[in-house]
Amino acid sequence: MVTGAKTSVNTTAKKPVMTDLKGQTLLTLRSLNEENPASLETYIKLGGYAQLKRIVTEKVKATDIITQIKTSNLRGRGGAGFPTGLKWSFMPRYYDGTKYLVCNTDEGEPGTFKDRDIIRYNPHQLIEGMAIAAYTLGARVGYNYIHGEIWQDYDIFEAALHEAKAAGYLGENLFGSNFSFDLYAVHGYGAYICGEETALIESIEGKKGQPRFKPPFPASYGVFGKPTNVNNTESYTSIPWILQHGGQAFADLGVPNSGGTKLFSISGHVEKPGNYEVKMGMPFADLLALAGGIWKGRQLKAVIPGGPSTAVMTAEMVQNATMDYDGLSKAGSSLGAGSMIVMDDTTCMVKTLKRLSYFFYEESCGQCTPCREGTGWVYRVISRIVDGKGKMEDLDLLTDVSNNISGRTICALGDAAATPVLSFIKHFRPEFEYYITHGKSMVDGR
Amino acid sequence: MLHIEIDGKPLEVEHGSTIIDAADKVGIAIPRFCYHKKLSVAANCRMCLVQVEKFNKPLPACATPVADGMKIFTRSKAAVEAQKSVMEFLLINHPLDCPICDQGGECDLQDIAVAYGASGSRYAEEKRVVLNKNIGPLISTDMTRCIQCTRCVRFLKEVGGMQELGLVGRGEHAEITAYVDKSVNSELSGNIIDLCPVGALTNKPFRYSARSWELTRRPSIAPHDGLGSHIEVHVKDNKVMRVLPREKESINECWLSDRDRYSYVGLNSPDRLKVPMIKHNGTWVETDWKTALEFAAGQIKDITNQHGADSLGVLASPNSTMEEGYLIKQLANGLGCGNVDYRLRQTDFRLDGKRVGIPWMGCNIQEIEELDRILIIGSNLRNEHPLLAQRFRKAVANGAELSVVSPLDNDPLMKVAHKVIVRPNDMVNVLGQILKAMSGLQRLSLCLPPSLNALLETITVRPNTQAMAESLAGLAGPDGLVDLVAPKVGLFIGNMALSDPRFTEMYSMMEAIGGICGAKGGILPAAANSTGMHFMGVMPNATGMHARAMLEVPRKAYLLLNVEPELDCQHAALAKAAMAQAECVVALTAYKSEALENADVLLPIAPFTETSGTFMSMEGRVQSFSAVTKPLAECRPAWKVLRVLANTLGLDGFDFDSSEAVKNAIFKGEKPSTVVWRNLNNNLKELVEIEVNIKSDGLQRIGEVPQYESDPIVRRSVPLQKTKYNIRPMARMRAEQMAQLDLVEGDIVLATQDKGSAVLQVKLDNHVAMGCIRIAASHEQTIGLGDLMGDITIEKTSKELYKPYETTMLKVVA
Repeated sequence: MVTGAKTSVNTTAKKPVMTDLKGQTLLTLRSLNEENPASLETYIKLGGYAQLKRIVTEKVKATDIITQIKTSNLRGRGGAGFPTGLKWSFMPRYYDGTKYLVCNTDEGEPGTFKDRDIIRYNPHQLIEGMAIAAYTLGARVGYNYIHGEIWQDYDIFEAALHEAKAAGYLGENLFGSNFSFDLYAVHGYGAYICGEETALIESIEGKKGQPRFKPPFPASYGVFGKPTNVNNTESYTSIPWILQHGGQAFADLGVPNSGGTKLFSISGHVEKPGNYEVKMGMPFADLLALAGGIWKGRQLKAVIPGGPSTAVMTAEMVQNATMDYDGLSKAGSSLGAGSMIVMDDTTCMVKTLKRLSYFFYEESCGQCTPCREGTGWVYRVISRIVDGKGKMEDLDLLTDVSNNISGRTICALGDAAATPVLSFIKHFRPEFEYYITHGKSMVDGR
Repeated sequence: MLHIEIDGKPLEVEHGSTIIDAADKVGIAIPRFCYHKKLSVAANCRMCLVQVEKFNKPLPACATPVADGMKIFTRSKAAVEAQKSVMEFLLINHPLDCPICDQGGECDLQDIAVAYGASGSRYAEEKRVVLNKNIGPLISTDMTRCIQCTRCVRFLKEVGGMQELGLVGRGEHAEITAYVDKSVNSELSGNIIDLCPVGALTNKPFRYSARSWELTRRPSIAPHDGLGSHIEVHVKDNKVMRVLPREKESINECWLSDRDRYSYVGLNSPDRLKVPMIKHNGTWVETDWKTALEFAAGQIKDITNQHGADSLGVLASPNSTMEEGYLIKQLANGLGCGNVDYRLRQTDFRLDGKRVGIPWMGCNIQEIEELDRILIIGSNLRNEHPLLAQRFRKAVANGAELSVVSPLDNDPLMKVAHKVIVRPNDMVNVLGQILKAMSGLQRLSLCLPPSLNALLETITVRPNTQAMAESLAGLAGPDGLVDLVAPKVGLFIGNMALSDPRFTEMYSMMEAIGGICGAKGGILPAAANSTGMHFMGVMPNATGMHARAMLEVPRKAYLLLNVEPELDCQHAALAKAAMAQAECVVALTAYKSEALENADVLLPIAPFTETSGTFMSMEGRVQSFSAVTKPLAECRPAWKVLRVLANTLGLDGFDFDSSEAVKNAIFKGEKPSTVVWRNLNNNLKELVEIEVNIKSDGLQRIGEVPQYESDPIVRRSVPLQKTKYNIRPMARMRAEQMAQLDLVEGDIVLATQDKGSAVLQVKLDNHVAMGCIRIAASHEQTIGLGDLMGDITIEKTSKELYKPYETTMLKVVA
């Protein structure tokens, strides 16, 4: 679908340098330990495409599959956590025309890098998951929208597509049935907003990536105005396992209301940053320990558990939390996409917020007023504070402006932009007040 | 019906309405910027946020469909808080330069800010600045004022048919812009000025010339095309400052074509004739009305006494009012002269005497939207009827299939299902093919006159005309789903066909096709009052000469009403020669120009803004208007001039003291619509002789009249002349034609028609049918040429002979 100016590309991912998989439950990254993890051969060896073949040749009923997904408690891994089985049931069953399937691999939030590893190390499981979804939902064509800046991983996924097609797992009349499914990769160009499903759809259509007003939702008006199911990469990749082991087994991996495993992208001040796939509900402390704990023997100060659009948590809030939807919600934040940013006690929260608000200022699509105007306002005020020209009333202004953005825009980017501002000021207000009074950081004195 | 409640007021609304629709209907004001009833819903400004029971977030009223039992609060604390916060956001980066902004006083942002804005701003940071764009001579931009509502973008895409503006960049860097280095060329572009809720897009010719509250707003009727758009003329100090649309859903909706909007500049042209003038020994001398009228009457009387009444030719512009048409017809009758005509750009008059009634467009303007199948014959729609084209665009968007038979393949900015692009000479044959193909279709009942049946036998139907016939019969095309039962079909014939020497045959074929498939339709007349002039009978009597004959067999004297002969007549060279040889030419005109150099008396008449009168639109609507300013200098309304001229000539029955009195005489006290409906009829009493297989392979000229050259007022509107849309006369032809003639682009050629020639530059234009050379008419550079749609020869000539064109008008202004 896309041509890049590349001369030679290595489309074979080598086994990652990953020393210790202890404590992890590899499900979406189950090929990780293999020599050529991304190859079709490896995936077949691990039992890949068996579920697709089974449901297609045995003509398993779509409703049965959706029941399994519902039982599994699989919730959307892109951040919103919407139950996948329920979403699938929204697709119109009888529709005279083409239905579409879209995979959202446009993870663009700072600290989010889990889907990248799926397409890099286990692309075939995603392809199988999408093919199963296509079978279930009656979609004829699928697109995997892969975010910009990861060209090499894009090529790996494209290579996997070719392999799968050549081997008869994609294309016309799969396994001699009348089920056909074509899957294409689409390259984004680095706009965060295209991770919003309707902006992503606009982008697939070749338009400027801007969210659509909803309703109508993609299930009734998606790609090219046709019914479309959009899920996150990790969600689709979980599907083959669920069908192999049953929805209950998947649910049992996790905790009530949060089935299965979750990939956590852990970054920041830890000894071993990276992706960690663990069972839902793992205590925060255990997950931090897997990542080697706080680096340089320092103290934990704060954690953004699910990406910058989730509220920041103080060490105190997070230490007893469990890493699942309800657990983090109870602790005062949310799971988001599982993009955990860990900050040690040398971190200046004012400067951190400046960087985060710059991200949202740059990435607002500019379509609706509160987000377009508000993100710039917030960023400028925080910058002024960091420049030592802050006023005490700025803190209330920031809170007020953020509240005015939140909940008043077409998509959730406005809410996402407001969350860090509101939570940083709420939990670390003294640090902000110090900065305003002294014109410098309480933490690093600069 | 759904039962809802807005601000405690119980309402019954239709399924599918949005909150803003429901509120608008009962007059509950919800502030908005991006929402516009005629455009798609963007929901991006967020100004219309309202509170809805059971929803924890405020919802945009423009995009939220009502549901049964919904309770909506537009003025609750939560709603107002949301609206005020949006207002605050909108203003932080707005320059607030109202004192120097043309939009001041008629600005949505300003008005809504009064209601929802704070008196001071909490924003103390740097403001965003956006560079201005040059999008052409009609619209000026101040992009820092833009609030990114995208109304302009949506208008050009949805109504204009081509997205010429877009929102590029993200977030605060988002800005409205045209394609790189391109202007906005839509012939409807001015509407984005009205749509812009701030001062980002303003009227360029009007810029900085008046504040909106200094203007007096007076209603009038657009004087150019036959649509009859309702306009509002804004006047200051007795001068027309600008023109805006007046909303009239059944005619122009809330839009206006650029021609109707910007032609007013021509009213204030330095070319305006201010006092009567008489030519004495070859030089023009200013004089008073009495002298001029007595001189004119004396000349006319002398010549008609000496050579007979038919030595006079009377030519009237179809842009004249019905009253003027009536009086000039009466005046000719009074003199016993039958040589009267308004059909200046017509060459085929074989239908005279064969019509049942007054020809018109055959349906209401609004009905176009409901058509299922459309055939347009010989019309460059966007050029001839810029705003009417938009109704066709709506029909096509609603699923109508459009077929085109034309010598020009210009993009109408809507999907064309079938088209045949051929030489004008072959168009009759193509229509014959459609007729024959239709007669072969089972679902249509066939009752053609035997003569026509015999004729069809000689025609071979080609696949594309077969497809066109099937489309018009309502059969599903290759991608259609089902055949239509009783499709609504519309057939329309345009200006190029009207000027064609075989118009009559095309018209008869169209009648026959319409008869078979039960179609509506008719002619799309060129001018504001073409239908009215026909209704008034401003045409030759049984023994009189039509417009073309009056020039071919030159008269001793001419009386011209609002005509610039070489620019307004079908055969420029003939017109020029006829005027030059005449003993006396009396011209009632608003302008003094080279085109009237051969006149002997110039009588300054008032253009439409300075007189009262009536136009009859192409749908037969009789619309009267009053003067919006006093006549300039010594100018007088033409109806008064004609009346006094008739009195001076000693004719009886001209004792009218107002244009209303003339109108009453026309309709004899009856309701105009009753009289009109009794008379409108496109049917023919008998068929004319039709020849379908013309063996002629000579080149044909396509002499369409460019939109901004169509009448004397438009020709003098400098901003319109500067637009890219204005087609300069060049010898335009397709690549194969160029190769055949051994020419390349930029070559200089001598184009020769009977009685005249012009030296022109060759230009590649693949929209032109093979065998045709497209040379724009009504232009100083082509007044040496002949028939608009006649035979032409082209030969290469030396570059020295070519004089690049400069309008005298532009020189005067510069």
